[in-house]
Amino acid sequence: MHKDNNAVRDEIIRRSGVNPRKCMRCGKCSATCPAYDEMEFHPHQFVYMVESGDIEPLMNSKSLYQCLTCFACVDRCPRGVEPAKLVEAVRLEVIRKQGANHLKADDIPALVTEELPQQAIVSAFRKYTK
Amino acid sequence: MKVAYFPGCTLKTKAKELDAYARKCAETLGITLEEIENWQCCGGVFTTARDEAATKLSSVRALKAAGNANQMLVTVCSACHNVIKQTNHAMNTDEEFAFKVNNYLGKGEEYDGSTKVMHYLELLRDVVGYDKVKEAVKKPLAGKKVAAYYGCLLLRPNSVMHTDDPENPTLIEDLIRALGGEPVVYSMRNECCGGYIALENPDSAKKRSNKVTDSAALAGADMIVTACPLCKFNLETNGSKLPIVYFTDLMAEAFDLKED
Ligand code: SF4
Ligand code: SF4
Repeated sequence: MHKDNNAVRDEIIRRSGVNPRKCMRCGKCSATCPAYDEMEFHPHQFVYMVESGDIEPLMNSKSLYQCLTCFACVDRCPRGVEPAKLVEAVRLEVIRKQGANHLKADDIPALVTEELPQQAIVSAFRKYTK
Repeated sequence: MKVAYFPGCTLKTKAKELDAYARKCAETLGITLEEIENWQCCGGVFTTARDEAATKLSSVRALKAAGNANQMLVTVCSACHNVIKQTNHAMNTDEEFAFKVNNYLGKGEEYDGSTKVMHYLELLRDVVGYDKVKEAVKKPLAGKKVAAYYGCLLLRPNSVMHTDDPENPTLIEDLIRALGGEPVVYSMRNECCGGYIALENPDSAKKRSNKVTDSAALAGADMIVTACPLCKFNLETNGSKLPIVYFTDLMAEAFDLKED
C-alpha cells in the first residue's frame, strides 16, 4: 500500500518522538556532528525537511548510513529537538521495506578484519538491516 | 557484595582481558560479578525508535534477570551499558513501548522497570568509593600521564545516562588519580571515535579517531584509557602514537594483579 507524504511524515514524527517545530534553526546540531563531512543532508536539514514533508530526498540519501549514533546532536541542541532520532526514524522507514536492507549478511566477510570487534558487526546490522 | 553482570558479546571474544580483569579487580574490592545466565547480545547500539520493541528484548531480559535476583545490573562495555540503560529508561517512561515489550515476555513475566543499571566505573565511584580503591593499590601508577577517553556512550544522551557532567566529566580522571596516575584532560575526550562506521566507511572512522588521539598526544599524555572495545579498536588501528588500554588493565596493574 502506498503511503502519502503526510502519512509518512506523521509516522516518522511518531516513531521518533521528536517535535521538529521546536527547532529554531541555529545549526548547532550540524556544527557538532562528527559525520558532517560525510553527509549530504545534515542533522538540522533532517529536522526542517521532515517538518515540511520533504522526506523523499532524505530516504534516498546515503546520509542515513553515515550517522554514528554518537548523540552529540541530541545533547547539544539548545531546544531539545534530538535530531538523531529523526535520522533513525527515516532510516527505519527505508530499511523496513522488503528487500531494502542496506547491509546484507553476504557483504560481511569482505568487510571484516581479524581484529574488528563483534560489537562493530552487530551494531552495523542493527543500524542498517531489518 | 554480589551484583548481576552483563559481559556482552565482545568481552567473550575480542576483549576477553577486559572481562577477566574486571572480575579480578572487583574481587579485590570485595565485589563479585555474577554473570547472568543465558544472556543475549544487546545489539551493540540503541535504537531510538519508539516502535522498535523486539530488538530491545535481550536488554529487558537481562534487566528482568537481575531484578529477579534483587541485584543491580553492572556492565563493563560502554556500548552494552548505553543500550541497557536506555532500554530501561524507555521501559520506565514510555507506557506504550513497555506494554509492547511485556506482551513478548508473557503473563506473569512482565518487567516493571525497577532494576538499577550501573557501569563498572560508576560502581567504583558510588558504591566502592575511591578511598577503598586507593587502599587496594600496591603499585601506584606514579608519573604516568593518562588520558581518559569517554567517547559517546558512557555520557550521552545525558538526560538518560546521568553518568557525569557530559561536557566536563571527571569519572575516569578520578579513578586515574586514585590509582596514583596523573590524569590528562584534552578537548576530544568526549567526541566520537567513529564507532561502527569502521565497517562500511573506515575513512570516516580514521578521521574521527585521529582527532581524538592527536588531541590526547598534544596534551602530553603517555597513554589513553577506555572502557569500550570498539573505541579501542578504532583508536588503535588508525595509527595512534599512544598506547590504548582498558581502564581495567590500569587497575590490574596498580593492584598488582597482572601475571606477566
Ligand atoms: S541544534 Fe536543535 S534547534 Fe538548533 S538547528 Fe539543530 S535541531 Fe534545530
Ligand atoms: S547522532 Fe548522528 S546526526 Fe547526531 S551528531 Fe552524532 S553522527 Fe551526527
